Amino acid sequence: MTARTAVALAAEIASGKRSAREVVNEHLARIDDREEELHAFNLVLADSARKQADAVDAAIAAGETLGPLAGVPVALKDNMCTRGVPTTCSSRILDGWRPPYDATAVTRLTEAGAITIGKTNMDEFAMGSSTENSAFGPTRNPVNPRLVPGGSSGGSAAAVAADFAPISLGSDTGGSIRQPAAFCGLVGVKPTYGAVSRYGLIAFGSSLDQIGPFAHSVEDAALVTEIIGGHDPLDSTSIAQPAMDLCAVLETGVDGLRVGIITDLMGDELDAEVVAATNAAATALEAAGASIGHVTVPAVLSGIGAYYVVAPAEASSNLARYDGVRYGLRVDAANTGTMNELTRSAGFGDEVKRRIMLGTYALSAGYYDAYYGTAQKVRTLIAREFAAAYENFDVLLCPTTPTTAFEFGAKADPMSMYMNDLCTIPSNLAGHPAISVPFGVDGDQRPIGVQVLAPAMGEPVMFRVAAELERNQPA
Amino acid sequence: MRLHASSTEIPLMSDELTRDDVTHVARLARLSLTEAELDTFTAQLADILSHVADLQNLDLEGVEPMVHPLPLTNVMRADVVTPSLDRDEVLSQAPLAEDGRFRVPPVLGEDR
Repeated sequence: MTARTAVALAAEIASGKRSAREVVNEHLARIDDREEELHAFNLVLADSARKQADAVDAAIAAGETLGPLAGVPVALKDNMCTRGVPTTCSSRILDGWRPPYDATAVTRLTEAGAITIGKTNMDEFAMGSSTENSAFGPTRNPVNPRLVPGGSSGGSAAAVAADFAPISLGSDTGGSIRQPAAFCGLVGVKPTYGAVSRYGLIAFGSSLDQIGPFAHSVEDAALVTEIIGGHDPLDSTSIAQPAMDLCAVLETGVDGLRVGIITDLMGDELDAEVVAATNAAATALEAAGASIGHVTVPAVLSGIGAYYVVAPAEASSNLARYDGVRYGLRVDAANTGTMNELTRSAGFGDEVKRRIMLGTYALSAGYYDAYYGTAQKVRTLIAREFAAAYENFDVLLCPTTPTTAFEFGAKADPMSMYMNDLCTIPSNLAGHPAISVPFGVDGDQRPIGVQVLAPAMGEPVMFRVAAELERNQPA
Repeated sequence: MRLHASSTEIPLMSDELTRDDVTHVARLARLSLTEAELDTFTAQLADILSHVADLQNLDLEGVEPMVHPLPLTNVMRADVVTPSLDRDEVLSQAPLAEDGRFRVPPVLGEDR
């Protein structure tokens, strides 16, 4: 078995056991084998990846100091700007656009020595939970190609699950990293809002969006979160603190930690097998020395309602910039107003149009207080209830998703698709970190994800618990 | 057009959202819809809004709206010139540019 994790691959490359070129070629060969079936990528950067690998190998030969990810391939969700490399958000409206700068998270990975192997498919502008909303066609789940990989970061999840890259970056506005991680049997992290720079992440819901990693191991996820984290002056919402130490805490264990199961997210609206896996995870943590309790956070059940006001409202504003003037697509017309309208109508898919209109409606004269104001109050309510829960618990535990991965076309009406985000949305609304850790499979061999939630900047304790779950996987 | 209501109560949207509302919102959002799209979107948006309307059952008395997940203050930087994006590189990515500017069709004149 060849090394699968970023940490193991980086060690092999640094020790000279294998060259970076060899590692990159091995991943490119896997892409050649399965990409046609899976469609994880919008763009594979084979030539530039080989070139960067050669540069890493030259640096090793010259005895230079290497970054922690030197020679390790990484896949990037296609909503992160990469200078001179097409960045589409899986939308026709950005057709042909090449960003004039790199996202900060991308810069930091590159500085750590990582090699970008491709840009991954996604739901258009990150709006969706299955990657079926891509303008370029869906991505398939490598675990079982009849199933969706989840979304919106479905391509980034599939790329790691298929070993096209050991690690990838996604973005999470309402669960878009954690849900596909759960569906594909991976670790997925949504950091504290502001812990990772959003500079160069194409905006969807600016008060909710965060970049985070997909990985096979909790250690890889911790390493990537460390590397991309920390203050960035280019993002005014970035927390003015250095990145948190996460790899150092992974062996600490959970002795004495208080873990609260969120009872509101363990009910009948969730699959019994998902609930059972979450209870089994709690039992495993208890055996490792944690104390387990139950807590009710009823406002989380209003999360979807609040989210589908706040996220579309922010999206309607953020996506106003796609007007045919500055980037990508233009459908020509005799005057600018008509050109704007024809461009947007041709360039956006249905889900994006739906959310733009929903947000425009919620923000329109006379409805602002009723919708946006109310939804923002619900966010405060959720944050308050979480704060009360954290007086008695160090972390909270619940499923990542109400069900395991579903089949293509199974959630055709928008509202049923939105219900997927039930367990993940509350963390985005509160600005808190959360991690999905694989914990067994259901009767159809579909991976189950268990979610660990922590208060803002609580990543260290969250990763301790995640690492313990990883050490105590069900048989 | 009903877009002048000033109540802070969430109306029961499933009953009330009309094709005219969606036409108006689409116009505000610079989207043109076919008749068939208008029907589909009206039904779907009404469904979503009826779910959102459940929020009015919450007791939000005395709850402040969350403006932002972080307690933020204005971020200031020193008033010094720093490198910025290359103008030609930015303009090269526009559908049409000329003389260092974005070029658009006439703005004034015949509307739509």
